[in-house]
Amino acid sequence: MTAALVTKSKRPALSAGGLMKTRELGIILALAILVIFTAVNHPRFLSGQSIRDILLNTAILAVMAAGQAVVVITRNIDLSVGSVLGLSAFTVATMMSTNPDLPMIAALLVGLAVGAVAGLINGVLVRYGRVPALVVTLGTLYMFRGITYSWAGGQQVNADELPRHFLRFANASVLGVPWLVLIAVVVVGGVSVLMRNYRVGRELYAMGSSPQAAELAGIRVARNLLGAFLLSGALAGLAGVLFAARFGTVDASAGNGYELTVVAAVVVGGVAVFGGSGTVWGAGLGALLLTVIGSALAVLDINQFWQQAIVGALILFAICADRLVAVRIARSLRKRDSHV
Amino acid sequence: MSEVRRRLASWDSIIIALTVLVLVVASVGVPNFGTSRNFTFLVLDLMPIVLVALPMTFIIVTGEIDLSVASTLGLTSSLMGWFWNNGLSIETIIPLCVLVGAMLGAFNGFLVTGLGLPSLAVTIGTLALYRGLAFVVLGDGAVADFPWNYTGWVTGTIGGGAVPNVLILIVALALIFGVVLHATPFGRSLYAIGANAQAAHFSGIRVARTKFWLYVASGAIAGLVGVLWTLRYSSARADNGSGLELAVVAAVLLGGVSIFGGRGTLPGVLAGVVLLAALQNALRLQDVSGQALNIVTGALLVLSVLLPNVASSIRATWHRRRLRQAAAS
Repeated sequence: MTAALVTKSKRPALSAGGLMKTRELGIILALAILVIFTAVNHPRFLSGQSIRDILLNTAILAVMAAGQAVVVITRNIDLSVGSVLGLSAFTVATMMSTNPDLPMIAALLVGLAVGAVAGLINGVLVRYGRVPALVVTLGTLYMFRGITYSWAGGQQVNADELPRHFLRFANASVLGVPWLVLIAVVVVGGVSVLMRNYRVGRELYAMGSSPQAAELAGIRVARNLLGAFLLSGALAGLAGVLFAARFGTVDASAGNGYELTVVAAVVVGGVAVFGGSGTVWGAGLGALLLTVIGSALAVLDINQFWQQAIVGALILFAICADRLVAVRIARSLRKRDSHV
Repeated sequence: MSEVRRRLASWDSIIIALTVLVLVVASVGVPNFGTSRNFTFLVLDLMPIVLVALPMTFIIVTGEIDLSVASTLGLTSSLMGWFWNNGLSIETIIPLCVLVGAMLGAFNGFLVTGLGLPSLAVTIGTLALYRGLAFVVLGDGAVADFPWNYTGWVTGTIGGGAVPNVLILIVALALIFGVVLHATPFGRSLYAIGANAQAAHFSGIRVARTKFWLYVASGAIAGLVGVLWTLRYSSARADNGSGLELAVVAAVLLGGVSIFGGRGTLPGVLAGVVLLAALQNALRLQDVSGQALNIVTGALLVLSVLLPNVASSIRATWHRRRLRQAAAS
């Protein structure tokens, strides 16, 4: 491994890229082993219905993880996503129950807009208020949740108050692929391409690697940072609409505590909390892995209570692995420098 | 003179003043707020937050964070129930739970200082891990038959008066932590670590070892609070204290501790905890839902960092303008 690194390190960009690829490869391997092991013991795990359920459960988490990954790549964090999901879900559910004739697209747009405004507030406070993202989004986590609670009180919107077409959206599919899954794939794929191939994406990585250097290099840090938080908020808002459509019953506590699951998916997916590395589709894979673990435990008849502990162990394992990779890169870079 | 003015304008004195104001206004304006019975409830409600906030202040001052405290609390609470079901005596269980808490903290400390992993990610991981283990130990059941003399002590008051028994514990621990932070070389070294860990290391401060023991202390206190929480509600449950970590971090930051480390005082933090608890208590007496208070908590948290920033940038603008005027004349 070390030898391979040294020969590769003549082209440092490629070697770093290669290591990153092995990072996502690790998640894919873990997924494959888990799925094969479970399927061998319980063939029904690979039935159409079971796969459908897993993908539907992943969709909402993956949409939020895509936005969170972008924010984390810029060396920030967005803890408010769970509360934004709740606010958006309740707004959309209330709107659809009072105006049942509104088309689905209106619900999606309103959800996105609610989330975008919330995300913009976060971004403005982080950038122009010079308040650390952890503090801002911890504060707005409370504020957005509080707004939802004081608006909703104890009431909830039930499935029978929601229009049929809205609820059907969660289960309807195009060419056998549920809408929810399609949306998640488009979001994760689109944001991945944006981060990988477009200038603004590379600038976001640069900002995460070194905020000062990015500013000095003339990157429009303010615009990009606002964009990252806006995206994370908007996607959390979109997730709120999907949540309302999938579960039908929405009260003020919708999405409570989701922020930690989303951050877990992102970290397991190989996005370092210090920014500047990781990929959005890796975060999507992280979301898939967390969901598959939950389903596999249920199928294997393992005590459901183990799930959270396993997720925790997985996060620790993932950051240890990242640390190992980082140490190796640093060592190989140092070796290369000493040859020059 | 300018030193005095700086002191007065610092966030922790503002927050202390604000806390006193809220206490006075609530005692006068809110019926039943000033009663001794309500005082007991207020102290019991703020006990878990204030105790966990003490080591959390130390950790944040060194520039790290510990988000796993509430899960440590939950796991020790679960274990307490499990030990009790397995026939251990309460006198053995209590020190054992504190020890388990210290060990859970030591595991955090090892990952952060031994392996050099970022504390935010590590403690989000152990937040899930410890809470998960709590459910593995006790499932979704509860253990409730703890001896009455212990549960009664936690909820009781000194001589049946207005001062709750746990207040002695809170005051004693707050004094110890306050003296250590503000009047010992060890306390000063925490600020040095938070201001610049590398410089602190070169000045001969054992950065890694110090941080490790802070995590041990944080775990031990969280374990102790797990015991107190269980006794207060006379119920050992795996989900005890869920979400407490965010309330604690919010209170510490509200008290003027910088999330980047190196800045903040313990009196400020204590004021932050009391402010949040008193506001919540007063609003509940006024029949305002506790959840709506979240808006106030969140806003205060953001303002606690935003206002000093805005003030300093205004001051910088004035300063620049004065310089320009001086140059022009």
